[in-house]
Amino acid sequence: MSEPLVVKDLEQVVVRFSGDSGDGMQLAGNIFSTISATVGNDISTFPDYPADIRAPQGSLTGVSGFQIHIGAGKVFTPGDQCDVLVAMNAAALKTQYKFAKPTACIIIDTDCFKKTDLDKAAFKTDDPIAEMGIKQDVIAAPISQMVKDCLADTGMDNKAMLKCRNMFALGLVCWLFNRDLSIAENYLRTKFAKKPAIAEANIRVIHAGYDYGHNTHASTSHTYTIESKVKVPGKYMDISGNKATAYGLIAAAEKAGLKLYLGSYPITPATDILHELSKHKSLGVTTVQCEDEIAGCASAVGAAFAGALAATSTSGPGICLKSEAMNLAVIQELPLVVIDVQRGGPSTGLPTKSEQTDLLQALFGRNGESPMPVIAAASPTDCFDAAYNACKMALEHMTPVVLLTDAFVANGSGAWRLPKLEDYPAINPPYAPEEQKGSYTPYRRNPETGVRYWAVPGREGFMHILGGLEKDGDTGAISTDPENHDRMCRERADKVARIPVPDVEVQGCKDDAELLIVGFGGTYGHLYSAMEELNRAGHKVALAHFRNLNPLPANTAEVLCKYPKVVVAEQNLGQFAAFLRMKVDGFVPYQFNQVKGQPFVVSELVNAFEDILKK
Amino acid sequence: MSFTAQDFKKGQPRWCPGCGDHFFLASLHKAMAEIGIAPHDTAVISGIGCSSRLPYYMNTYAMQTIHGRAAAISTGAKVANPNLTVWQISGDGDGLAIGGNHFIHAIRRNVDINMILLNNRIYGLTKGQYSPTSPRGFVSKSSPYGTVEDPFRPAELCFGARGRFFARAVATDGPATVEILKAAAAHKGASVCEILQNCVIFNDGTHESVYNKEGRAKNAIYLRHGQPMLFGENNEFGLVQDGFGLKVVKLGENGVTIDDILVHDAHQEDNTLQLKLALMEGPDYPIALGVIRDVEAPTYETAVAEQIEEIKGVKKYHNFEELLLTNDIWEVK
Repeated sequence: MSEPLVVKDLEQVVVRFSGDSGDGMQLAGNIFSTISATVGNDISTFPDYPADIRAPQGSLTGVSGFQIHIGAGKVFTPGDQCDVLVAMNAAALKTQYKFAKPTACIIIDTDCFKKTDLDKAAFKTDDPIAEMGIKQDVIAAPISQMVKDCLADTGMDNKAMLKCRNMFALGLVCWLFNRDLSIAENYLRTKFAKKPAIAEANIRVIHAGYDYGHNTHASTSHTYTIESKVKVPGKYMDISGNKATAYGLIAAAEKAGLKLYLGSYPITPATDILHELSKHKSLGVTTVQCEDEIAGCASAVGAAFAGALAATSTSGPGICLKSEAMNLAVIQELPLVVIDVQRGGPSTGLPTKSEQTDLLQALFGRNGESPMPVIAAASPTDCFDAAYNACKMALEHMTPVVLLTDAFVANGSGAWRLPKLEDYPAINPPYAPEEQKGSYTPYRRNPETGVRYWAVPGREGFMHILGGLEKDGDTGAISTDPENHDRMCRERADKVARIPVPDVEVQGCKDDAELLIVGFGGTYGHLYSAMEELNRAGHKVALAHFRNLNPLPANTAEVLCKYPKVVVAEQNLGQFAAFLRMKVDGFVPYQFNQVKGQPFVVSELVNAFEDILKK
Repeated sequence: MSFTAQDFKKGQPRWCPGCGDHFFLASLHKAMAEIGIAPHDTAVISGIGCSSRLPYYMNTYAMQTIHGRAAAISTGAKVANPNLTVWQISGDGDGLAIGGNHFIHAIRRNVDINMILLNNRIYGLTKGQYSPTSPRGFVSKSSPYGTVEDPFRPAELCFGARGRFFARAVATDGPATVEILKAAAAHKGASVCEILQNCVIFNDGTHESVYNKEGRAKNAIYLRHGQPMLFGENNEFGLVQDGFGLKVVKLGENGVTIDDILVHDAHQEDNTLQLKLALMEGPDYPIALGVIRDVEAPTYETAVAEQIEEIKGVKKYHNFEELLLTNDIWEVK
């Protein structure tokens, strides 16, 4: 035995699990993040999985990754690069090594670095470590063999045993960070409640991985702890963006006292919203998996007409198909929440990757004058509030609302303080007052809000027709009168423009910044981290991150024009910058644009913003 | 409560004089009065096209929507509010071309909506293009040399989608139309009513053989459950089974008696014979009218609601706060 290990306390650490897409890296990552969160660390996760369900085993295209950023204090992103890289096979090492910091510790399963594995990963020599010029510490362990040895007496077949390899790696990482395995045990016993033998095998292998590290010190001189320095007391859970979005809809329906209806069609990366809501029938949630994207949205319009809180969930290609029914909801002035979990485009594009390229589509992608509120979620946990607000806005202002999230926030997760519904604002749809009985027409508006009144079918004395054809604002009859159409277009636009939204908050050096960073949606964590880093380096930088994109906050122009330099940073070729230039006279920002399908890298942001500061 | 046709009427229809839509609208008003469901518990939902203007003439809750989507929109309305009686109005272009997918899936799911297919075999509102029910070789503005494609036969599409109710009437035949509309309303599940109707401007005479009473007496057969399949001006003809097919026979000829004539069974699960009846065409066969198929099956919106009730009994969380507690939770003090 070597010298006792030194235990170092860390502020934060990034761990990346990677392996073949069938190797269970997402599960290992999820368990590690749950353990960390349970002991009070802040977490931010990012699964990076391939588009293929099962690419050829061991191939470069079949590598699946899961990155977790754990902090003693607050963490805002899953981290640019990792401190620990787990590579379960040669292909994983080849493709994922670029995510390893120069100081990283790399864990590999030597049993999956045989000649055939190296060939599949296109290594030219039999020494991949040298071939890639890897200088970091490498824990090279015969994981597969040790897993088989550990499970030899269980009677499991070879294939079943090897499915537990991920747990060995997890055990090893838990040892490295002095994690309590009992949390993992509970997790596995719950997950495999119906297959206790599988749960116990996995638990045995985690311990084997942990003990391997403990007994051999695994070629490393330190283990680490990350002591929480927390923060807001309360109950917490780990939640992904898609789940938070689903929860936001459920919460809003309960608050509004309405049935929740989701019409949807499976599409990556939005399908988990459909999955999640489909589970919760005990809350009265109705989900219909429709025949296509069109019907998903169209049936939601029907459900809204019938008096439900109606929503439809999709990604960009689905929005193309839903635009027609979204526009119907615009002219019929029915409440509808349209969730767009953005992915790489155009067309099918990059189904599993993240972009912010649907912004202009959400704002303008319909025929006619078609005003539509747009809200963008800033982080996985923020999806809850964003979804709740989208529902409130749709119901109270009788309009379809687009909620933009993206693959990054949808699949990523964070520690979420459980909300109390009583703390959330009431939702009061503008139901037609009883005195309109007998005289109700659908497009008469509340003069103060510009919102029409809602009369739900089944109510006596309020019968009316809604339609895709333009209507007379007073009588509700079909009208092609030029003055009436002009008036109706303006009234619909005005209704949306008058929706009250909170001011955009300026963070960082809000009084004396030399540079204001402007962003929206899922890039919040990266932009915030970049701002913090620049300010730590002595610069004066502020951040204005937008959640309400239409209507924009009332203080938008004031904020954008206050600072000497402004940069709009977004994962597209400048859509938000273009929109802001359209809305704010004389606004000419710097731009930082990337369309790589990957999250921003904080260090790249810092470099780019420093360059702008120097100009 | 009892209602009259007047209770369901609204406005002055603006279809061309002589259009089949006028006849159908009158039958629908009459049928709704006889069905007796209050106007405010009724929703009439259409897509786009001449016939899809119909909801504007209904004193009920109504929606005239977008091209082809009425079946999908009706599905959402019915599932969200099963207490509503939903009538979905489409033409042959709206329902079977742009809306074909929604048409078959609403039928397959068996949503309890009354799906009316007003079939004039032409696009009228866009001024005269061939539709998916126009016969091969049909000359129209968009097929000046005749179409080179075969039409859908709506019954075949309905049966192919596992349809449990299919009926047919001629728009000008008021009493028979009212009869099938009442049967459609009584049927729990998706019920398809094909209404044969004329377009006086762009496809005049398309259903000429059955459009008036005399024509129907010769060229149509009224099918009634439990009744022998007789037709002709004096009920002198009948249908018998002939191998895998049907054959028209004359009573009294070749020793044929009433006992040889098939008796209609609209409630038969096996749709083979019903399909053959629905596909009969002149001049060798009469065109089948009336309720051709009417088989009960679980309806979609009821099954959705029942599953929700069942799961409410099984699961231990019933509000948002309880939902939160089903997760792995840790506490920071």
